[in-house]
Amino acid sequence: MTAPSVSNYVSPIPVRRATLADALASEWTKIRSLRSTMWTMGIMVLLVFGVGSLIAMAAGAAGDDVGNNASALGFAVFGVLLSIICVITLGVLTMSSEYNTGMIRTTLTACPNRGRVLAAKAIVFFLLVFVIMLVSTTLVAMVDTAMIRGNGLVETTGPMWLKATFGVSLYVALLGLLALAVGTLIRHSAGAIAAMLGLMLLPMIMAAFMVADSLTDLREFLLEYSIPTMLFTIYVTPSSGSGPEGWDAVFVMAGVAAVALGGAYAALRSRDA
Amino acid sequence: MIELQGLTKRYGDKLAVDGLTCTVRPGIVTGFLGPNGAGKSTTMRMMLDLDSPTAGTVLIDGRHYRQLKDPLKVVGALLDAKAMHGGRSAYNHLLCLAQSNGIPRARVAEVLDTVGLTAVAKKRSKGFSLGMGQRLGIAGALLGDPQILMFDEPVNGLDPEGIHWIRNLMKNLATQGRTVFVSSHLMSEMALTADHLVVIGQGHLLADTSMAEFIAQNSRSYVRLRSPEHERLLDVLSGAGFTAVTTGDGAVEVDGPEAARLGELAARHQLVLHELSPQRASLEEAFMRLTAESVEYHAHSAPVTGEPSGPPGAKGGWGADWQKKGS
Repeated sequence: MTAPSVSNYVSPIPVRRATLADALASEWTKIRSLRSTMWTMGIMVLLVFGVGSLIAMAAGAAGDDVGNNASALGFAVFGVLLSIICVITLGVLTMSSEYNTGMIRTTLTACPNRGRVLAAKAIVFFLLVFVIMLVSTTLVAMVDTAMIRGNGLVETTGPMWLKATFGVSLYVALLGLLALAVGTLIRHSAGAIAAMLGLMLLPMIMAAFMVADSLTDLREFLLEYSIPTMLFTIYVTPSSGSGPEGWDAVFVMAGVAAVALGGAYAALRSRDA
Repeated sequence: MIELQGLTKRYGDKLAVDGLTCTVRPGIVTGFLGPNGAGKSTTMRMMLDLDSPTAGTVLIDGRHYRQLKDPLKVVGALLDAKAMHGGRSAYNHLLCLAQSNGIPRARVAEVLDTVGLTAVAKKRSKGFSLGMGQRLGIAGALLGDPQILMFDEPVNGLDPEGIHWIRNLMKNLATQGRTVFVSSHLMSEMALTADHLVVIGQGHLLADTSMAEFIAQNSRSYVRLRSPEHERLLDVLSGAGFTAVTTGDGAVEVDGPEAARLGELAARHQLVLHELSPQRASLEEAFMRLTAESVEYHAHSAPVTGEPSGPPGAKGGWGADWQKKGS
């Protein structure tokens, strides 16, 4: 058979360079079209608002003295702490579900630029969690502060409000990015979620067994920089005077998430899909 | 146009693809044939830059896949029916692909219509049959209206109507001047669709030839003879200048002359014949012989006594023959 003398096919669809904006639109469609997003984010709102206001209500009814230079805003911490599980799950799934389903091959075929894929996923996921968290924490802060006065609580100030809403939302969304990076590195949903839960709980469990004097410094470090403790310090300045306080926790989490995302990018670039 | 240059992939100490060099041209359907585990999918993944080659390169119209600015408008690929998230509807699956390459939203409805999935567009692909998943994958490949199309085992899971549809689709796409590259492990399927063949076995290029040439070479006819006077038959044949090959079961195979001439020859020498039958090797058989030594996963059957019917002197020689031609 002779080689046919056919010129290449030219499509009527206009050719233009695909950009990060295209990747963002694509990732937004992906994340909003899955039920797991609705479930995890729905439960997250429920926990932050429900648990946060119920605990404040109970404390207000009991009328006990809280002390510890806490404000009414601090009652939200328990709901946020529980909601972290949802954020971790969604963060891991955002990347690992692509590997578990085989979608990653389609994704990378459509966008061979690994950096752009990871950036688009991270930005869309971060903004989604941050915005929903900001709304939830603001609502629960308003309810909590309206519900209880007295109880030995300190008066709320502007910077305290900023930390309890904007700061906490940043912290949780950054923690979600860490989960997304771990999901990229481990590529297996169950494994990555387990790793994230271990990262959250193990430091406190390990610290409980470090009774020897020589381990005191390490024990303190593990306790002060564990994920739940850092969340508490955003609400309430610790009395010990050491460890992270105020915005420190957000900065630490930002640094950890950045390093993890860097590792995820390197893995995504070098590994076969 | 896709150019593979010395493409090699090594997993540990196992060579999955070994120095593959060939060119896939536009305007025709190129069949990519090989037994299971021959390295077809690995090769296709390297063409799409999903796996990075240990050595060698793939050029798509002169560029690396990673350099393509709008890949879906250049290459459309069906890798496997499962390369999608089952929780997403067919429409959303295609929409997110379209958006990633700035393809107009209207194209999604168009390709859904082309593959016949409009009715289930809002259904989650988790509930799709293998054939429907395959169609959705094909829709994804067609989304960017690309000039190059790659299909990995596209007929898997399709019903006869679907198989007929995909055959015509591939032919039409090629007629429009596109490059169509389709893998399969079925020779019979390729015989109906492909104009050109690239055959690999255990990562090696075994053949790079046009379909017509492959048929001409492999549907060669030969004659099988059987006689109680075996030795005398061989003498008579060699006396007449024919090359005869004795097969394991005592028959003699002669390549070239027609059965009638051999019958007359035997009559002249008053030779009793128990069999005189013209034979024709099927393409499937030719493919099996070509790849026999490179099949990775053999099913172990009882030891076969005697040679399977086929043209004489075909062992090994064929593959080596084409390998030179292809490289």
